[in-house]
Amino acid sequence: MNLQTGPGRGPAPAPGQASQAERQSVVVRFAGDSGDGVQLLGSQFSQETALAGNSLATFPDFPAEIRAPTGTTYGVSAFQINFGSRVIKTAGDQPDVLVAFNPAALKVNHKALRRGGIVILDSGAFKEKDIKRAEWDSDPRTNGALAEFRVIEIDISAQALECAKPFGVSQKEALRTKNIWMLGLVSWMYDHDITPIAENLEKKFGADDPVGKANVAALKAGHAYGDIHEISGELGPTHFPAVKHEAGTYRLISGAEALAWGLVAGTQLAGLEAVLASYPITPSSPILHILARLKQFGMTTFQAEDEIAACCAALGASFGGKLGITASSGPGIALKTEAIGLGISTELPLVIVNTQRAGPSTGMPTKTEQSDLYLAVWGRNADAPIPVVASRSPGDCFDVAIEAVRLATKYMTPVMILSDGYIANAAEPWRIPSIKDYAPFPVSFRTDPNGYNVFMRDEKTLARPWVKPGTPGMMHRIGGIEKDALTGNISYADANHQKMTDTRAAKINNIADDIPEQKPEIGSAKGKLAVVGWGSTYGPINRAVANMRERGLDVAHIHIRHIWPLPRNLEKLLKSYDKVLVAEMNNGQMLTLLKSQYLIDAKGLLKVSGQPLKIEEVEHAIRAQISG
Amino acid sequence: MNIQTPPDKLTAKDFASDQEVRWCPGCGDYAILKAVQVSLANMGARPENTVFVSGIGCSSRFPYYMATYGFHTIHGRAPAIASGLKIARPDLDVWLVTGDGDALSIGGNHLFHVLRRNVDMNILLFNNEIYGLTKGQYSPTSRVGQKSPSTPMGSVDSPANPCSFALGCNARFVARGIDIQAKNLGELFQRGRDHKGASFIEIIQNCIVYNDGAFADFTEKPVADDMQLHVKHGQPMIWGKAKNKGLRLNTRTLTLEIVTIGENGVTEADLLVHDEKNKVLATLLAGLRPPDFPEVLGVIYCDPAAQSYEQQVKEQNDAALAKGPGDIDKLLRAGKTWTVS
Repeated sequence: MNLQTGPGRGPAPAPGQASQAERQSVVVRFAGDSGDGVQLLGSQFSQETALAGNSLATFPDFPAEIRAPTGTTYGVSAFQINFGSRVIKTAGDQPDVLVAFNPAALKVNHKALRRGGIVILDSGAFKEKDIKRAEWDSDPRTNGALAEFRVIEIDISAQALECAKPFGVSQKEALRTKNIWMLGLVSWMYDHDITPIAENLEKKFGADDPVGKANVAALKAGHAYGDIHEISGELGPTHFPAVKHEAGTYRLISGAEALAWGLVAGTQLAGLEAVLASYPITPSSPILHILARLKQFGMTTFQAEDEIAACCAALGASFGGKLGITASSGPGIALKTEAIGLGISTELPLVIVNTQRAGPSTGMPTKTEQSDLYLAVWGRNADAPIPVVASRSPGDCFDVAIEAVRLATKYMTPVMILSDGYIANAAEPWRIPSIKDYAPFPVSFRTDPNGYNVFMRDEKTLARPWVKPGTPGMMHRIGGIEKDALTGNISYADANHQKMTDTRAAKINNIADDIPEQKPEIGSAKGKLAVVGWGSTYGPINRAVANMRERGLDVAHIHIRHIWPLPRNLEKLLKSYDKVLVAEMNNGQMLTLLKSQYLIDAKGLLKVSGQPLKIEEVEHAIRAQISG
Repeated sequence: MNIQTPPDKLTAKDFASDQEVRWCPGCGDYAILKAVQVSLANMGARPENTVFVSGIGCSSRFPYYMATYGFHTIHGRAPAIASGLKIARPDLDVWLVTGDGDALSIGGNHLFHVLRRNVDMNILLFNNEIYGLTKGQYSPTSRVGQKSPSTPMGSVDSPANPCSFALGCNARFVARGIDIQAKNLGELFQRGRDHKGASFIEIIQNCIVYNDGAFADFTEKPVADDMQLHVKHGQPMIWGKAKNKGLRLNTRTLTLEIVTIGENGVTEADLLVHDEKNKVLATLLAGLRPPDFPEVLGVIYCDPAAQSYEQQVKEQNDAALAKGPGDIDKLLRAGKTWTVS
C-alpha cells in the first residue's frame, strides 16, 4: 500500500466539494483490459449494491474488440456505477473513484475523474513495458499526471497470485482472480456483505474446484485488505443506507432483458405466439439470446442468414398468424427497410427493435447514440408511415415493448421500438410488475367469410382484418403491389392509390387518439423553458432540470415516448413555453421533427461522442437558455 | 369473395382465382400455372391449407392466379418469407414460385439458406434465362454472348446452373422439367410435395418476348428425343429416337460419356443406372448441358433427411413446453430479488 499524500499528489477536495462521508452517492469506474473481467466485476458489484437497497445506475463501456492486444488503450473495457442513498438517475457525470488495472486503463480514464478523486491502481501492472505500451511518455505515478487525485497503489497481481498459491492453479488462472480480489476490496469500501458472493462463486465453480477456491480466497483477501491496511476516512468503509423505494419486489434489470421480457409479456397479452427472427449484431444480439431460451412462452427464435431475411421471416410469420418480431441495430435496420415497406403495404403486424448505436455505417458498434430517429420515422421509400416508440431507461423497455405489440396488432402495422446501446447494457433496480397490472389486448382473427374483403377496415382503427392461412373460405392474396382499397386485388387506378396512401397515413395518425397526452415529467405546463428529450437521455435531463428548479429556474422536462405519431397536445404544450431546448444524442433529429411539425423555434443540445449525455452539460445549456 | 364450401373432389378450376392472368400471350408460364392447378387437384390438396409465396418478376405474379392463400413479396426474398411462414405454421403446404433473376441473382443468398436448412417447401424456379419484367436484360442463367439491352455486345458473365447450385447448397431434392411437358411436371410436383424438406424444381420456361427459342435446341419436337434424357430411379439412362444412346462413366477421367448401344460392343449392361440417392451421380448429371449432352430431366436427386428444418424447430419448442408453459411472473422474479415493504 502506498498512500502518498506528498506535494502534488493528494490535494484536498476541491472547494465546495462534499467529502465522501457527507455524500449521498458515489460514482465508481472500473477499467482494465477487455480480458480482465471488468464487466463481471461491475455487474457483480451492481448486484450487491442493489441487494443492499441502494439506488443505482450503471454504464458498461467496452471496445468492439473481443480480446484486443493486452495493455493497449484501445483494448480498455470500463464499467461505471453510480449508487447511493438517494434516487440515482444516471450513471454519473464524473467518477469519484477510478480502479485501473493497468496503465492503459489509467491513460484512457484518468481525465474523466473528478478533481480530488481516488485512483486505485494495480502497481504490479506498471512495469516499464506496460507503461510504454499504454502510450505514456513516462511513469504516470511520478510524472504529475495524477497530481489532482489521491492515488492508492496496490500490487493486486501479487495479491492474487499469493491467494491462489494453496490451490495449485496456474499463474494465468491465478491472475484472472484480480477482478474478484478487487470486488472484495470495493465491497469493504462500501460496507457490503460478501457472503452471498462467496456462496455464488462456490455454486458456480463447485465447492471443490481449485479455481473456485482461488476466487473465494481472492474475494476474502480483498475484503480483509481494507481492515488490515487501515485504509480509513474518505476511503471507507462508507455505508449508504437503503433508499426509500416504493413498496414492492425489486430486481436489477438491463434494457436488453426488459425489452425481451416485454416482448414475451406483450405477446401473451395479445393472446398470440411469436417468432423472433434476427441476425447477430452489436448491441442488439442479447435480445435474440434471451428469447432463444424462452421457447416455453410460445416464442420461436430464428437466426436468419442476414438482416433482410430476418425481417422477411418475421413478416412471413405474421402472415401465418403469429407475431413477427425482428431486432437489430442501425445498419441492420437500414437493410430491413424494404421488407418493412412490404409490411406497411400488406398491413401486417411486425415489431422491429432498433437498439441504436453510433454511426453512420459501422460507426462505433459498442458506443451509444440516438441517431436513427430519421430512419425510424422517415427512412423508407415512398410514403410509408409506422408508429415509433422509444424507451427511456432499462426498466422502461418492458412497458415500451408491450406498447409496441399492442399497436402492431391493434392497427395491423409494423412498429419500431427505439432503444440504444446505453439502455440495452445498463442496469437499474426495477420494481417488478405483475402481468395482471396490464390490460390484455387479445387479437381476434377473422374466420367469417360472409362479407369478407381483404382490405375492409375497422371503422375506428382503420385496421384490416387478420386472417390465418388455413381458414376455410377466406383464401386471399396480398403483396407489395398497390391494391384495391377493398378487395386487395392489384390496382393501378389513380384515385385508388391516392385513397390507399391517405388511408395508410390516417391509420397511423389516428393512433394519436390512443396514446396518453404529453405531460411534463417535472415543472409546470407553461413557463420560460422546456427541455425536451426522448429515449435514454431521460436520466441526465431529469436530474439537471430538477437541480436547476431547486436553484429557482423556471424550467420543465418533457420526455417523449411516442415519437410517431406524436401526442395530440404536444404542439400546444411546447408553444406554452417561451423557449424549447431539445437535448439528444444526435445531430438534431428530434429537433428537426418538432420544427417540421410545429414550426417552433426550438434549439438543440446535441452530442454525439458515443458517451451518454451528462447532467452538467444539460445544466449548462439550461442556464445559457434562461440567461440568454 | 367466393364463400361456397368446395366439393370434396376438387378440380383444377377450384385452384384458379378470379383474377385475369396477365402474362404475355404464348408465355410458358401459362402452361406451368395450368400444370400446378391440375396437380394440386389430383394430389387432393386443400386451397385453404395451401400458400403460394413469390418474389418479384414475371413468374412471381403466380400467387394472384391461385385460389389459395398467397403472398407476393419483394425481390429475391421469398425464400426468407416462406421460411418464416413455415416455421410459424408447419401445418401449411408452402409453395415458392421464383425466377432465375429473383432466385439466383438478388435472392441467391436466401435460396442457398432455405436449401441448406431444408425447410419443407416446394420451390419452383422458372428459368427463362432472361429478365422479362424489366424488359429483357440478361440474367444469371443467360449464356455467354447473350445480347440484351444491358449487354449490347453480348454477355461475358459465366452463367449459373440452377440444379448444380441447388446440389451445391445441399438440397435434398433436385429436379428439372420443361414448361410444356405438363404430365412430367405433374409427377415432379407430386414427388416434390411428398418430399419432406426443401424440394427444388427448375422449370425450363420459354420467354416468348425477350428470349424466344432459347431452349429450342432441346425442346423443339424434331430434336427433343435426341436431346432430352428423362431419368428414372433404378432405370438405365437411355435416350434418343432409336433409344440407343446411353451414359457411361469413364472411370479414367471421372466424367460421363455418351455411348451408343450396339456400337463398339456397348450393351445396356454397360450403361449407368440412375440412382437418385447418389449425390455424386446427381452432381455429374446436373452439370450436363446441351449441345454436348442431352438436357437431363426428372428427379435428379432425392435423398430425404430424417427431419426437415421446421420439424426440428418444433421439436425443440415442444421439448421446452413439455417442462411446463412459461409463467411470465415467475420469469420476472427469477434470480436475485429483494422486497421493500
